[in-house]
Amino acid sequence: MLKLPIYLDNNATTQMDPRVFEAMKPYFLEIYGNAASKSHPFGWAAEEAVDYARGQVASLIGASEKEIIFTSGATESNNLAIKGVFEMYASKGNHIITLSTEHKAVLDACKHLEKLGAEVTYLSVGYDGMIDPAVIEAAIKPNTILVSVMYGNNELGVVQKISEIGAICKKHGVLFHSDATQAVGKIPVDVLADHIDLMSFTAHKMYGPKGVGALYVRRKNPRVKVTAQMDGGGHERGMRSGTLNVTGIVGFGKACEIAKTDMAEESTRLSGMRDRLERELLTLEESYLNGNKEHRLPHTTNISFKYVEGEGLMMGVKDVAVSSGSACTSASLEPSYVLKSLGLDDELAHSSLRFGLGRFTTEAEIDFTINLVKEAVTKLREMSPLWEMFKEGIDLKSIQWSEH
Amino acid sequence: MAYSDKVIDHYTNPRNIGTLDKSKTNVGTGLVGAPECGDVMRLQIEVDETTGIIQDAKFKTFGCGSAIASSSLATEWLKGKSIDDALNIDNMEIVEELALPPVKIHCSVLAEDAIRSAINDYRGKNGLEPIESTKVHH
Repeated sequence: MLKLPIYLDNNATTQMDPRVFEAMKPYFLEIYGNAASKSHPFGWAAEEAVDYARGQVASLIGASEKEIIFTSGATESNNLAIKGVFEMYASKGNHIITLSTEHKAVLDACKHLEKLGAEVTYLSVGYDGMIDPAVIEAAIKPNTILVSVMYGNNELGVVQKISEIGAICKKHGVLFHSDATQAVGKIPVDVLADHIDLMSFTAHKMYGPKGVGALYVRRKNPRVKVTAQMDGGGHERGMRSGTLNVTGIVGFGKACEIAKTDMAEESTRLSGMRDRLERELLTLEESYLNGNKEHRLPHTTNISFKYVEGEGLMMGVKDVAVSSGSACTSASLEPSYVLKSLGLDDELAHSSLRFGLGRFTTEAEIDFTINLVKEAVTKLREMSPLWEMFKEGIDLKSIQWSEH
Repeated sequence: MAYSDKVIDHYTNPRNIGTLDKSKTNVGTGLVGAPECGDVMRLQIEVDETTGIIQDAKFKTFGCGSAIASSSLATEWLKGKSIDDALNIDNMEIVEELALPPVKIHCSVLAEDAIRSAINDYRGKNGLEPIESTKVHH
């Protein structure tokens, strides 16, 4: 028996794994000390738990535990990395390179720095969402201090050629930050092999709790430092003050441990279901896959159903929680900037749905979703004037539309 | 954002979907909105030429649930009305009837534009001047 609605929005957040919840339980009521209290057993127990979790987190990404800075989540990690590097390395330069398809936490942090004198290059990606590492190399200048490129894209699932980009940055002596929020725990990420200097990620995208994330900060080759963005007790090697969220960190550690153990099996299972979903939905006439098909996360697919509006479609598939690139609720009616960055027509961007599968997704749920989406697309096309015009062979671009 | 029961009803059971023969002189067609804005409505009326009463109305809409519901409701209201009465349909009446939230008011505006545009198309076909909208939308 299927339980409705079905959750296929795992790029937004994930359900906590019960094993993570079990690991966290004692840290709510029993082990409540402050990990910074050095003078009594309450503090020691908390510190011990944090140290253990730090090891679990570091192990998942090939780092050492001293290189993990705990934060409140990926948004904070991105801000700390970008703003912290800009401040710390001000004497070396002021130029930052990033992509137009990055998450807002990166883009808006860069925009903030532009007001403070930073020079930021926002590189465009190709039609498949990929950036050619050579384009990044060509953008590096003598005053470049940082390159920030997302590991796996949240809307498309596209995975960039991170190790090539990392090698280029290393060659030019430029720091490399990656927002790996969607990638860590889903695909193998190794900060050494990928030549990553700073990396942001978070627990709640990998079946851990919300409100806890991490910034990996490389300690040697080179030794990287970031200027703290919050002043206080000097926790986390002086880079992030604030009493540690011990309970959350314990959960984060457990989530990383599970991800490491289960990743190979889980990604095969998820990509199998994702491919089936995608194959079935692409049998619908005038449906298009957005983003590169080879280099991508195992659990994500983003499809445009031409001549059907995304928000209307989401209402038609209300028993399945997904997200759309169409944002009819915003005042601007602007569709997803990520899809627009690929050079997609607004019309296709407005027609997109993103499916994010997860650890708890079942084959039966995928069957249900395939049928529901097919029915909804067919029904909405029957009431779409654009579909009728398309079927009559009218070129929509030849029509003088009334903007509103 | 949750939709009202009336929006869900019109979305699930849309009234008067379809196409009228736009080559007929007593059929007026309004096509408003733009695909890149995520909203396109096509609203058609068929007028009884002796009485001036709208005897049939059909729509097709590309858009969100509120846009579909607004145009579906508009066709319901148009049937049986005279052209003059149809011109008096105000977008805020649609907003009230469907309990549209502020971010969806543009859907009702579009429906009102579609009605006006269909009527003007009918008037044009019958040698009458288009009626200008004097209304200012906020």
